[in-house]
Amino acid sequence: MDLAIIKTIVAGATIVLGAIVPAASIGFMSSRAMEAIGRNPEAAPRIQTAMVLAIAFLEAIAIYVLVIALIVKFV
Amino acid sequence: MNISLAAEKIFHLYSFPLTNSLITAWLLVLTIAIFLIIISKSLTKLVPSGMQNFLELIIESLLKLFDQVTQDRKLTKKFFPIVGSIFIVVILSNWTEILPGIGSIGLKENHHLLPLFRSPSTDLNFTAAIAISAVLSIQFFGIVLIGLFKHLGKYFNFKNPIKLFVGLLEMVSELAKILSFSLRLFGNIFAGEVLLLVVAFLVPFIAPLPFYFLEIFVGFIQALIFSMLTLVFLTAAAKIEEH
Repeated sequence: MDLAIIKTIVAGATIVLGAIVPAASIGFMSSRAMEAIGRNPEAAPRIQTAMVLAIAFLEAIAIYVLVIALIVKFV
Repeated sequence: MNISLAAEKIFHLYSFPLTNSLITAWLLVLTIAIFLIIISKSLTKLVPSGMQNFLELIIESLLKLFDQVTQDRKLTKKFFPIVGSIFIVVILSNWTEILPGIGSIGLKENHHLLPLFRSPSTDLNFTAAIAISAVLSIQFFGIVLIGLFKHLGKYFNFKNPIKLFVGLLEMVSELAKILSFSLRLFGNIFAGEVLLLVVAFLVPFIAPLPFYFLEIFVGFIQALIFSMLTLVFLTAAAKIEEH
């Protein structure tokens, strides 16, 4: 098989497999944050700040996978 | 359609290669500096109006936002130079990738277009430089605010073997912070640029509009995340842990 074809397939498979766990974790964590806000609406700004920060950390994992996929495809 | 991970070199200046993202970064910083110098000549009204009002709005919103993390106005004012600068430079550099002309105006080079301008955040050098400065400033403020021995005591904790191990892991985590800051910003903005290129290549009219909205939003969020994470680590470095 051509190297270009292998690169494309591997890049696609990398991002598909690597984005499953970050997506599931972000969904799980946001649902817990919504529950907490619903239980205590006064603390909503503090919970929101902490939630956005935690989502940034989780999303960074998905971005690492994306960067690897980009490197495989374009370098 | 050529997508290149590394920034393309335009020309060499006495064997120092000038890439298109470096040229755009210089233009961006020059524009900000000239704008602020011109504005600062007329910043004398006590009741602000016009551009002074707008700038004061930005500064006050940023201070209020950072107050939510530090819970202390004095600490916010101390950290505001580094964290506010990171926010403003990163958000403007993220938003340059939406401007018309970035990535499309360039030189022709054997059937490929060599773009003259490219958003600085799509260059790993730029994001790594900001990440290294942010992490070094965290160490610097830790030493200045609570003293050298208390700061080093967070990493070299000889009370029991478990705390020693955790301290060494904290040192490794500092290196991981540099990597994570730079790759997060680079990955988001570079992927956004590739997305805009591909969508504009497929359907040039009307369809790219939602993706431009997405990129405006992502650029703002990434700048916010970078500055807020730096602020969180700075606040943690300024406090002595109590159990």
